[in-house]
Amino acid sequence: MSVALRVAGLSHKYGARQALSDVSFAVDESEVFVFLGPNGGGKTTLFRAISTLIPIQVGAIEVFGRAVEHDLIKVRPLLGIAFQSPSLDKKLTVSENLRCHGALYGMRGAALRKRESEVLSQLGVSDRASDLVETLSGGLRRRVELAKSLLHTPRLLILDEPSTGLDPGARRDLWGYLQRLRHESGITIVLTTHFLDEADSADRIAILHSGKIVALDTPESLRASVGGDSITLHTDAPLELSREISDQFGVDTSVVDGEIRLELAQGHHWIAKLIDTFPGRIRSVRVGKPTLEDVFTQRTGRPIWRSEGSN
Amino acid sequence: MPAPEQFASLGAMRALTYREFLRFFRQRNRVIGAVGQPLLFWLLFGTGLQRSFQVAPANLNGPTFLEYYFPGTLILILLFTAIFATISIIEDRREGFLQSVLVAPITYWAIVLGKVSGGASIAVLQGLIFLLLALTLNISFSLSSFLAIALFLALTAVSLTSLGFVLAWRMESTQGFHALMNLFLMPMWLLSGAFFPPPALGPSMHWSQWLMHCLMRLNPLTYSVAGVRRMLYATEPGRLIIDENAFWTPSLTASWTVTLLFTALTLIAACMIARTRTREDVVT
Repeated sequence: MSVALRVAGLSHKYGARQALSDVSFAVDESEVFVFLGPNGGGKTTLFRAISTLIPIQVGAIEVFGRAVEHDLIKVRPLLGIAFQSPSLDKKLTVSENLRCHGALYGMRGAALRKRESEVLSQLGVSDRASDLVETLSGGLRRRVELAKSLLHTPRLLILDEPSTGLDPGARRDLWGYLQRLRHESGITIVLTTHFLDEADSADRIAILHSGKIVALDTPESLRASVGGDSITLHTDAPLELSREISDQFGVDTSVVDGEIRLELAQGHHWIAKLIDTFPGRIRSVRVGKPTLEDVFTQRTGRPIWRSEGSN
Repeated sequence: MPAPEQFASLGAMRALTYREFLRFFRQRNRVIGAVGQPLLFWLLFGTGLQRSFQVAPANLNGPTFLEYYFPGTLILILLFTAIFATISIIEDRREGFLQSVLVAPITYWAIVLGKVSGGASIAVLQGLIFLLLALTLNISFSLSSFLAIALFLALTAVSLTSLGFVLAWRMESTQGFHALMNLFLMPMWLLSGAFFPPPALGPSMHWSQWLMHCLMRLNPLTYSVAGVRRMLYATEPGRLIIDENAFWTPSLTASWTVTLLFTALTLIAACMIARTRTREDVVT
């Protein structure tokens, strides 16, 4: 299997702010690869670098063996790019948008028209071809955006936060479509998201935090790495109780967003023990297999939601 | 033989030009803004200042203000259309369209030429329609002078659209562009001989008149206005009576030369600035 995307030692600065520091990874052909992380974690910068929108400051990016730095004009047709803020011209119709995009990728005439009707029907928007984009709903625009990014038959599809602003139904549709696309055409898909459930559908996940990859593996392995069960206690005085629990039982505890978290094997045995030892002080208990959120919290020491917007 | 991406860039340029046309004619307020305001100014100032305007020597009948102000209005239409066309760069960037153009496998000049040729064609089209109003002023021009004016207007339109491109490329907001337009582009037009002729240099002239002369003489738009004015009267140059002791007007040769140079310069500047942007931070 060949490597679709290889990023080596990529660092990027905006002025004094380090947005990416020494990021390296490789994505295999036909893989669905997700970058998970809070906003401000570097996802969008990484996306922009891969999309060739911003120049590489330090490091290297290769797409199907071609270096972005030396082979820009040859790399670009290989990439299908769906930006977070839609790149459609709202004053143009769906069809006019696609034809303009096709011309930018050197397509023309009958071949362009054929491919246009193909992608429109694949995404179920054929009936809206002559509608102005400004009259479409957010979900439909996202689909047209995707149709546009696929028009020139790219081998690597990259999407920046494709689900942002979509309702749950539209998000499911999008994922259904991406999975089908991967199975039918073998396209490689790299996307960024801050939705945990979405990351679970990926082949592999990289967690990006403060410009660094803090974890990279399959969703199952990442969850297994946390170990045991994850116990969450809701209480009125979390800090105090957390200290008492760790004094009493000699286990690691942490307080995240006003809740006590414990990662322990045999979680169900612990519930009775904790409630007996601290009667009336625990309001509710949750036990579960570790989620990606637990992975994120464990690797970064902070919950994914609280870190949002903090840098 | 050009490389394949050069061909692709040509197709891309055509598509981007076509997009400018589609957008322009779908936004009717832009058509009204670009032609309506200059037309209104022309009629209001032209008739209002009629009696207080005298550029011919005292004993001769020179052009009326409506007539004098006509070439300036024509250039103002080009300027407004160029501004509207290039202000859309800021919208393209803010609304996201530009990012997909910037990552397409095309060369930078295709992006510049797409925008410039789209904006300039629209400007020339509107300018030529306005030019027909010259017939109401009893100005008669031959086919060859009409074609020469059209070519001259095209060059001027390209230079103004390229200038707008250079100003708009790094701009974050349309408000910033409006400020530039009021502080730089409008004064540039006012000092182009559109509204009043440049004072001639004379031994006893006041320093403010001397400064005005220099400013207007250095302004490339002065040569655009003068070029159009001279070509309008190509068939009957005797009608263009302007007191040469009091006022200075560039020759036709000077008008063509400066306009050509200015067009080349602004176009090159636009291509160069379009290359630099991607080395900048892209912050949204």
